[in-house]
Amino acid sequence: MAENGNILEMKNVVYSFHTYGGEVKAVRDVSFEVRKGEILGIVGESGCGKSVTAQCIMRLNPEPPGFFEGGAIMFNGKNVLEMSKKELRKLRGEDIGFVFQDPMTSLNPTMRVGAQIEEVFLGRTDVTKQEVKEKALEIMKLVGISDVEKRYKQYPHELSGGMKQRVMIAIALVSRPGLVICDEPTTSLDVTIEAQILDLLLELREKLGMSIIMITHDLGVIARMCDRVIVMYGGKIVEKGTVQEIFYDTAHPYTKGLIGSIAKLDTRKGERLQSIEGTPPDLFFPPKGCPFAARCAYAMDVCKDEPPYQYRLSDEHSTNCWLQHEYAPDTDMKKKNAAAIEGKKEGEVKADE
Amino acid sequence: MRKYIFKRVIAAIVTVWVLITVVFFLVRLMPGDPFTNPKLTPEVRENMESYYGFDKPLIVQYGNYMVNLLKGDFGYSMKFTNKTVAGIIGETFPFSADLGIRSLVLAVSIGLVLGIVSARNRGKGIDFFCVIVAVLGTSIPDFIMGAVLQYGFGIKWGLLPVARYEGIEYTILPACALAFYTLASVSRIMRASMLEVASQDYIKTARSKGLGEFRITAKHQIRNAIMPVMTVMGPTVASVLTGTFVIESIFAIPGMGKHYVDSVSNNDYSMVLGMTLFYGVFLIICNLVVDILYGVADPRVRIGER
Repeated sequence: MAENGNILEMKNVVYSFHTYGGEVKAVRDVSFEVRKGEILGIVGESGCGKSVTAQCIMRLNPEPPGFFEGGAIMFNGKNVLEMSKKELRKLRGEDIGFVFQDPMTSLNPTMRVGAQIEEVFLGRTDVTKQEVKEKALEIMKLVGISDVEKRYKQYPHELSGGMKQRVMIAIALVSRPGLVICDEPTTSLDVTIEAQILDLLLELREKLGMSIIMITHDLGVIARMCDRVIVMYGGKIVEKGTVQEIFYDTAHPYTKGLIGSIAKLDTRKGERLQSIEGTPPDLFFPPKGCPFAARCAYAMDVCKDEPPYQYRLSDEHSTNCWLQHEYAPDTDMKKKNAAAIEGKKEGEVKADE
Repeated sequence: MRKYIFKRVIAAIVTVWVLITVVFFLVRLMPGDPFTNPKLTPEVRENMESYYGFDKPLIVQYGNYMVNLLKGDFGYSMKFTNKTVAGIIGETFPFSADLGIRSLVLAVSIGLVLGIVSARNRGKGIDFFCVIVAVLGTSIPDFIMGAVLQYGFGIKWGLLPVARYEGIEYTILPACALAFYTLASVSRIMRASMLEVASQDYIKTARSKGLGEFRITAKHQIRNAIMPVMTVMGPTVASVLTGTFVIESIFAIPGMGKHYVDSVSNNDYSMVLGMTLFYGVFLIICNLVVDILYGVADPRVRIGER
């Protein structure tokens, strides 16, 4: 554990993929930290680089074609990029757990559930076979699997989707890692099961005290689960802050668009849902300036040419947007420091058409 | 499980009956008959025909054949005097089966290893080598393969006997020649299947558990990748074990393959039927075994286990 209480620090990470079509710049200069015991949300639309970022941390992206162009990932003060194969395996097996998006395909169909959980301890000499089995059964109980002795011997196809995701969480947690990365853990589950799984994660955080990185495109999940949020767009972080700040003191037009496109209960019949016009940038040739400029209602000339500075708005809150520049015109985005949190509720603020 | 096998056996019996019936009438449509021979006098010919029952209506002949078949009697060959069909199969099948088993063991073991190794080293030199072996194996006809092996190992270097089947050293060349095609297709299918499995989510899960590459391949990849290979093994085992005309001819092996082809060109009706029946039943058994083995490899298709 580093002294500053951060379990993980991403420092200017740049990650790309070699493909036949050229180099895809998936993650472009991303820095953030995860504190001990917190839940950090990473939100963004498909293809914004959030999954790649998450998988970078454990180096789960296939390499090649993926490779680091720069940066450092410090886990408990050690740089993941400089780890040997052996250290990396220890990192994956003991220090960080990963919950994948689709429990239907993420479990090996030809292995019993118990064996798949126990596999995490493979090659470790400090635990006996009996202890491993006890740990597996214990974690299965902890993640809310009933009738564990029976489930232990079953194959994944004999379990429901929600049950499979519980098994995935059990796999991620069985070695009691300090950090668990959940990559859209509930996207492929139906809503009632989603709620159960999210509650389970919160409950487990209370019991085990681990940090969680929660990757999602669902702002509802963010609001329910997270302490702090990172908003990603086009391989870059465009805004970060506490959940309160992100929702009620939005400082980036993209974040505003995301929040605006949530379906609301009072949406009348026939009324169209809001959407953000346009498509995400081509990461083969990422735009020179702000990645969101082409779709941004507020875009100024400078946005297309120069990458924006990062503006600090509070201890936690920062955004990468030219609208915060002192010469930028007064928009509802800029005024937010002065404006009270009350007046900034999304949905009331109409984009200044 | 028992119910499943019972169902399969019933289905197999129906299949075999349809097969026999169709073949029985089809062979009669071939030009000529077993006794087309200008040297035979009409009297002799008539005698033979009545001896084999050819003077009766076709449907009666069919009835008789089926009744005999149910008694386990395949009848006499119409070309080889005093030899029963069952006797000929009994004499020749052991040679074909022996050769077939040797070549299968060779083909499957080397084919799987090549497929696995080449998938693990995709795009590297060894992968390139394996792909070339696979292409050569599937594209070189077995008679050329056999001839090349005979020339190289038998004549030029004199290491192994060229032909006949009289001891273990005699089996090596024909087994290799016969194995090559199966080896190539097994390695090709295994390679493709391994690569497909490698991109599955559960492989990433395995990696996220901190497992080493060897363990991932051995425990997670191979077992899931082997299904397509098993699918092709059913028909392959049946056809390799029941003998191949070409390999048995060039290596002078007294196997079943020769009789297969000869019986058709001789219009040896009972022999054609007997051979077809034997092959058909063998194929059905092989496929049943494969279906049961599926369940062993993949719990999702396991039958009747609750």
